[in-house]
Amino acid sequence: MDIRLVNLTKVFADKDSEVRAVDNLDTVIPSGKLIGLLGPSGCGKSTTLYMIAGLLNPTEGQIFFGNADVTQLPPEKRGIGLVFQNYALYPHMTVKQNILFPLQNLKVPKAEALQRAQKVADLVAIGSLMNRKPKQLSGGQQQRVAIARALVKNPDVLLLDEPLSNLDARLRLQTREEIKRIQRETGITTIFVTHDQEEAMSISDEIIVMKDGVAQQKGAPQEVYNNPVNLFVAKFLGTPPINVFKGYIKDGGVYIGEDRILETELPEQEVTIGIRPEGFEVNEDGTGDFTFKIKLVEYIGRDKSVVAENEYCESPTFRFIVDADIKNIVDGRVIKAKIKPHKCFIFDKLTEKRLQ
Amino acid sequence: MEVGKKQYKAWLYLAPTLILLIIFTIYPLINTFIIAFKENYNYLNIGYGKGPDSTEYEFSSWGLANFKAIFTKGDFLQYLKTTMIIVFVSVPISVVLSLIIAIALNSIKALQKFYQTVFFMPYVTNTIAIGMVFSVMFATHGGLINNLIKVFGGQPQNWLGGDLMDSAGNSLYPSYWKSMLVLLTYITWNALPFKILILLSGLQSIDKQYYQAAQIDGANKMRIALRITVPLLSPQIAYLTITSFIGAFKEYSSVVAIFGNQAGPKGYRRQMATVVWYVYDRMKTSDMTKGMGYAAAAAVVLFVIIMFFTAINSWVSNKRVHY
Repeated sequence: MDIRLVNLTKVFADKDSEVRAVDNLDTVIPSGKLIGLLGPSGCGKSTTLYMIAGLLNPTEGQIFFGNADVTQLPPEKRGIGLVFQNYALYPHMTVKQNILFPLQNLKVPKAEALQRAQKVADLVAIGSLMNRKPKQLSGGQQQRVAIARALVKNPDVLLLDEPLSNLDARLRLQTREEIKRIQRETGITTIFVTHDQEEAMSISDEIIVMKDGVAQQKGAPQEVYNNPVNLFVAKFLGTPPINVFKGYIKDGGVYIGEDRILETELPEQEVTIGIRPEGFEVNEDGTGDFTFKIKLVEYIGRDKSVVAENEYCESPTFRFIVDADIKNIVDGRVIKAKIKPHKCFIFDKLTEKRLQ
Repeated sequence: MEVGKKQYKAWLYLAPTLILLIIFTIYPLINTFIIAFKENYNYLNIGYGKGPDSTEYEFSSWGLANFKAIFTKGDFLQYLKTTMIIVFVSVPISVVLSLIIAIALNSIKALQKFYQTVFFMPYVTNTIAIGMVFSVMFATHGGLINNLIKVFGGQPQNWLGGDLMDSAGNSLYPSYWKSMLVLLTYITWNALPFKILILLSGLQSIDKQYYQAAQIDGANKMRIALRITVPLLSPQIAYLTITSFIGAFKEYSSVVAIFGNQAGPKGYRRQMATVVWYVYDRMKTSDMTKGMGYAAAAAVVLFVIIMFFTAINSWVSNKRVHY
């Protein structure tokens, strides 16, 4: 079932201020896909999720599940499962009781309820932990119980609020694959909220990048990465992050300082230039268009991660990645590199919109 | 050495409290047990030892004579029954009522602080003063309750003694259960504020997310209260149940507050007497050579009963409470 958000707006107001947490969000979430709502803290992604869940009432706008307007429906009538950031497992109930609770509320007959609980517990691989209390489980296991509890009533939509943020790094990798697998097996429309771009990019079918309550861009992760619509999206996606330089356009060329790094058809103006870390091409003979000084070289197996300096960079240093075989990269040396055009984005200096 | 020094310091700081505790709590506690087993104990002759005549000796013999006496002579069993009724009616009712009121208070937004204050007022008001207000409310002539009964066309009742006749000219007397109703109403009402306060603070410390989760899980209000709120409040509920059980077994001041030290309506002395009332009464008013021993024996009996029910309470809460 697809989800349509129409002009969805949430304003939190108190006596002297009001915050537009979500501002005119207008988007369609396709059926049966795993969608990542991505953005920094305070961008309105969790608010959006809670409005879809029905725990928050939108100030304006509508939410459609399929063709049904659910904007005014209470959470329990929407057919959703929600996994909270800290799981909110009932501490006094066993795993089994936690998973059975939604079914008991639906007055599912006991035998059927037990069967469904066991089935969903097996799906998330906690079938053997049914008689434990949440406190006796690890973070990853609690997470699975929370997912099982959300899935047991066969919801049309599964919502996950920062599902991986309470797990340690190794579990995080494992769990995100697990979420992807569960989503594939159940084919349920899933929305998950995260501030971790790597997490979102690795498992989402599509991501929606948000900032200050406004959706910036929506699309397949690689598509958004390759074609960011503005500087914010370009900066938010990618590790190491994109390198940002002050530059200008003159005589059909893009300049950083004195270096003409690319050709362009844009009119003359001052611009902001973003270059992905993998967009630098260093030749053995040290020829190229862009000059910089190498500060530090880190070997990370297959690649070299290079910290370098250029006076037009927005930050004191920038970082790029090249093949480990390239030999003339040595600390302290000033060298030149070619810039790969498709890894280099040019943004308007004021609006930060993508120009090329 | 270092540890020994620190311990010495700790004992020094504890000393004032410990000395007072030993003199005024631990010694009397032990002594009560000892006195309870001394027949014909006379505290004016302390130190004169055992002898045949308690006008000259401290006591006449060791044994269970005091216990035998309180269970066979006088109305101790009746007082025990009254105490038990108070415990097993007022404690469950006040715990359940305060739970309902606390949940209701916690769910309203407007005027919550105001109502909290209102419900807490009886706690800071003097027990005796409230008792007197109750005795005015339940007064046979001109009392609020009887006036209300009249307004609704009922027959006024003789709650607290005095002369009263029904329309047929028969005299109405204050019965045991009528007095009990007044007493239980007072005790329950008086017990509410503290319980509400404890439960309300417990409620406010429950993570809101459990309620959101329960809402998503489709639980209605009743199920949320019974399956989420009550279990999560169980530490507070267990604490209140245990302490109010103990408190209710020791009930005394409420009886005096409503009925005065006669412990009953006018002309019905001791109708509402409790075990602790009996202990006081024996100590103060009966004859020198028996009273103290009986009082001690009654106190020991009460101690054992309280121990027994507290043990049951904590056994139940160990199984049922989710910390």
